[in-house]
Amino acid sequence: MNVLDFHDGDGVRWRSPSRRLLLLRRAEVAAMTVVAALIAGVGVGLRVGALAGAGAAVLAVVLGLLGEQVVHRRFSAWGYVEREDDLLVRRGVLFSRLSVVPYGRMQFIDVTAGPLERSLGLATVKMHTAAAASDARIPGLERAEAARLRDQLAELGEAQAAGI
Amino acid sequence: MTVSDGWQRLHPLSPIVRGGRGTIAVVVVLLPTLFRGGVSAGELIPLGVVGVLVVLGFVSWFVTRWRIDEDDLRIETGVLRRRSARFPLAQVQAVDIVRPGLARMLGVAELRLRMGGATGRAGRLAYLPAGNVEEVRAHLLALAHGVPGTVAPTPAEAPEGRVLTTVPTGRLVGSILLSDVGFYVEGVLAAIVVTAVLEPSLAAAVVSGGGLFWLLGVIAVTWRRFNQEYRLTVAEAHDGLRLAGGLVALTSETIRPGRIQAVRMVEPLLWRPFGWYRLQVDLAGQQRSEGEGQAQRRQLRTLLPVGGREQVELLLDRIVPDRPRDPSPPPRRARLKSPLRYRMLGWGASESCVVTTTGRVRRTTCWVPLEKMQSLRRVQGPVQRRLRLASVHVDTAGRAAHAALRDRDVGEADRALARLADLARAARRPDRSKSQRG
Repeated sequence: MNVLDFHDGDGVRWRSPSRRLLLLRRAEVAAMTVVAALIAGVGVGLRVGALAGAGAAVLAVVLGLLGEQVVHRRFSAWGYVEREDDLLVRRGVLFSRLSVVPYGRMQFIDVTAGPLERSLGLATVKMHTAAAASDARIPGLERAEAARLRDQLAELGEAQAAGI
Repeated sequence: MTVSDGWQRLHPLSPIVRGGRGTIAVVVVLLPTLFRGGVSAGELIPLGVVGVLVVLGFVSWFVTRWRIDEDDLRIETGVLRRRSARFPLAQVQAVDIVRPGLARMLGVAELRLRMGGATGRAGRLAYLPAGNVEEVRAHLLALAHGVPGTVAPTPAEAPEGRVLTTVPTGRLVGSILLSDVGFYVEGVLAAIVVTAVLEPSLAAAVVSGGGLFWLLGVIAVTWRRFNQEYRLTVAEAHDGLRLAGGLVALTSETIRPGRIQAVRMVEPLLWRPFGWYRLQVDLAGQQRSEGEGQAQRRQLRTLLPVGGREQVELLLDRIVPDRPRDPSPPPRRARLKSPLRYRMLGWGASESCVVTTTGRVRRTTCWVPLEKMQSLRRVQGPVQRRLRLASVHVDTAGRAAHAALRDRDVGEADRALARLADLARAARRPDRSKSQRG
């Protein structure tokens, strides 16, 4: 196995969550920005003056746009690769993490979907090992892909199962 | 009494020992009545409660039966909700003997079966006559290993096998006095004495107002540690390491080599002049079950409360024979991120084991057998990215010991991640056939 396998290129294809997850995250930020801009604009506008109110609203919108950037970068940071013996999951912008979870160590696999995720046909897959610190979660997978991944992991896990 | 002739009951004094502190409280309540010889009207209610408890205890003893069949231990209990538990002997990981203080006074002992599997539930026979318990244990172990009745009963109390290490009481006391908890107690006591000399009224106020209970609590923690680690002896037996020790509550436990998830060696600052170390192992499974003692609930088990380097090496040779030597230090620029512990950071790996060191004040060395590794994580924070550093964490099923390759060069961290993943895969392979049994 090559060291470079952990990074882009060199034959390893990082799969990423569905674009709809980005859509969902963006919508969340947008909704929050609108609410924040309204509250800031109206609140400051009534107390100080119309101009200051408009400024506060603009500030909130600018912050929201920055938030969109952050959300976008965080979305691009997510990735996973199914290798022969283990699953790689990467995440995080400020603190970047890369987990290596051998199939043989998987104890069970959770597939969950919150109401928002469900409305977009998405699901989160989470692998559990005997170690509490293991951190292998992939959000925003399309439902079919989540089911495929779950079955695939369960099968590989069973084939390579090692004791605790 | 032979061990395999049908249903048997526990020792009749079992409910009293199980009651533990409750029993002592009951005795305290009853004492004045006994001394006076008469019963006044106000004492009828407590007496009635005690009577009900005695009856309940008797009933619980009466309905509990156990027997050893060909290949399992069966325990039946309960009146309204009858419960019958079966413990397949093939899955037994270890059979431990536990003797709390009250049990020792009454000449009984508890037999605890540690089972394999993810749930790790434990079968308890509480309590059996102390003279009988070694015989039952030997019989259970013989059945578990598939050789009925061939293991001779061993003499009680003496740990079987070759004794590897033990702890001299003087050294244990010294180590506790120099530990963090011990220092706390000493500091508080000194503060109280000084205050009492300079300003007696203030000291009295502190002691009378809550301070006393707090102090007692801290002393109790220190005492518990002394009580558990008193004359802790590790012996080598055919089925693993045998631990025995304790002052008031005697415990003996067998640790199979396969149960150890990680090994930790700690060297606190104040122990360094004496060359003392503490060696602990992290064990698999959550052995948390109803009514288990405090001592058994912790996953981190102390093998050597305090000991010299050669004792540590002796034990390590048994637990992690193939140890990596000379942990390599991180790049110099890691000093900027971890100025204090920089000097102690290091890691190394052999074919079957990874070692990491950390800690400025409490030097900690952690060994993880690669076949026990659960997953790997490479983490890089903002400061580390600026310095081109990254950390690799080795996750194990144990909770207390944490092995991490901190602040390595990015390239080295990536290589380590790849190499550890490969080594762990290779180490797991032969493990598969073994773990089918346990």
